[in-house]
This record gives sequence, structure tokens and C-alpha cells, in this order.
Amino acid sequence: MISGIILYTIATIYLVISFTKDKHKTMVALLSSWKMFRNVLPDLLAIMLFVGLALSLLTPSLISSIIGENSGLLGIIYSTIIGSIALVPSFIVFPLGYTLVQNGAALPQVAVLMSTLMSVGLATLSMEQKTFGRSFAIARNISAIIMSLLFALIIWVVMT
Amino acid sequence: MTKLKRYRFFFILLFGLLLITFMNQAIAMKTVQLTGKSILDMLFLLPPIFILVGLLDQWIKKESLIRYMGEKSGIYGVFFTLLLATVAAGPLYIAFPIAVLLLKKGASVRYIVFFLGAWSTVKLPVLVYEFTSFGSKFTLIHICFGLVFYYLTGILFEKIYDQQKLLKYHLTKEV
Repeated sequence: MISGIILYTIATIYLVISFTKDKHKTMVALLSSWKMFRNVLPDLLAIMLFVGLALSLLTPSLISSIIGENSGLLGIIYSTIIGSIALVPSFIVFPLGYTLVQNGAALPQVAVLMSTLMSVGLATLSMEQKTFGRSFAIARNISAIIMSLLFALIIWVVMT
Repeated sequence: MTKLKRYRFFFILLFGLLLITFMNQAIAMKTVQLTGKSILDMLFLLPPIFILVGLLDQWIKKESLIRYMGEKSGIYGVFFTLLLATVAAGPLYIAFPIAVLLLKKGASVRYIVFFLGAWSTVKLPVLVYEFTSFGSKFTLIHICFGLVFYYLTGILFEKIYDQQKLLKYHLTKEV
């Protein structure tokens, strides 16, 4: 909310400065901004609805019971899958992780869940593909999954 | 018709929601609330980002960006990329159009991968939450390991992907 207001203010200021300096360039810029927005809108709306559905079906207590202290490797796999599919605003990720730990989820599993939530986006994959091409998008997501798993491994070794 | 076709996933999901409404109204209500909130969030963040990306595209000279994020930018590239990613706000999908712009202006693939990785690990506003919820040890492991990992991934991806090839898919391209 606040970052949104700040962003709108910054964008408006630069827009005004740009407009006073060069009207033509500014119009070209705005037109390309509008095209970008129009191109991502269908994907974004679908993603939002999908995530809304997923999050209302998966509650914190349900997730905690799936990835509890004794869930082991299977718990890690479940966390990876949930984290890769779901898309949660980043400032909610850590408070959510904390809630899960409080509800009995294990730390490495929660670590992998939070890390994949922020870095892997199967829901946004179609959008990422249109931006960078299929191969790059898939490779980037795989690398993020590997990073999250290694991170969980380190947490498991160091902190439990 | 082609325009409607691009919304087909949205309509399929909407149909799914309709089915759920008949079965369990509480879940449907929650879905509508959550979806509405994320759409609102999106409208708060995305339009100004797109305006800024559009403006930067017009005003930033390719040469100056190459100096900061090009193949030979060295340690400056690392710092500049980190700075960009740390002050960022919002989910990863907002970073995609920014990354494309940087790529178009001559940033090397290594820093683009590093940028996307850093965006998902070290956003300053989010770090505060991580620190308070999980403590300093957890946070430090996350940041240090994440940055090293994504930098190495960047070096690897640079060898595989060609800058120009990635640019074939531009967001402003007519679909």
C-alpha cells in the first residue's frame, strides 16, 4: 500500500519531468507502458484467481500438519511443490512461515517453502516464458528450486 | 476473438470458482476476497513500474548501462545489481519487465540472473520481517548462500544463453 503510493508519486514526478523535456519521447514511453500492461493483464488475472483458489483451499493448520517435525524428505517435497505453485506477497511470506513453525511445522521444510514461494513461480511461468523464452524461464525456475533445497539442507545441518 | 482467447485461463478458473460456490460458499467467499486483494496489490505496484520502465527505455543511453551492468562491468555490476534488487518492492513478476529493459540496454545475462535471484532473496523491506521472525543466523545463511548461488548461476547461464536471443521475446511485442 505505502510502497504503491511511493511508486505512483515517483512515476508521476518523472512523467512530468520527461513531458516538459520531450513530449514525443514521453508519449512513446507511455504507449509502450500501456502495451506491456495490456500484454500481461490476461495472465495476471488468471494467476491471481488461481492463487486465491489455492490459498483458500490450503490453510496454515493444514500445511503445518503436512510438513510437521517428522515429515522428513516427503515434507520437503510437499513444501517444494506448494511453494512453487503458490504466489504470496513477499512481506507475508515470513510472518506466514513463522505461523507455520508455531503450528508445529519443521524449520527446514518451512525454509524451503518460503524460499520457493519467493523465487519459484509455476503460476507465473507462462508470463515468464513470454518474457524470456521457454528454455530460460524453465532453467531459472529449476535453479531456484535447487537453491531452495540446498538452503533447506544448510538450515537442517546448522540449525536443527 | 483472439483477444478473448487470451483470457481463456481466467474464464476456466472463473468457471471453477462458480462450481465451488455451489459446493461451499465460505471457500468461494474467501477466494474472492484473496483474489480481490491480490488484484488490488497488483494495481498498486504494476502501472507505476511500467510507466517508469517505459520512461527509462526512452531516456537511458545504452552506453551508460553497459558501463554499469555490461559484461565488463566487474564489481560495479555486482553492486549496481544488488542495489537495484534490494530497494525493490513487490513480487517477482514485477521484476520481469525491469529485467527485460536492462537486458535490452546491454546488461549482461549474468547480472540479469543475479538480479532476479537477488530480487527474490534480499529485498530490504522483507528482510526486516525475516530477521524478526527467524533471527539473524537464519537470515544471514539465507542471504549469503542465496547471493553466492545466484551469482554462480548467472555465470553459468551467461555461457548458455545469448543476450540477443533472449530479447526476441519482448513484452511490448504484439501478440
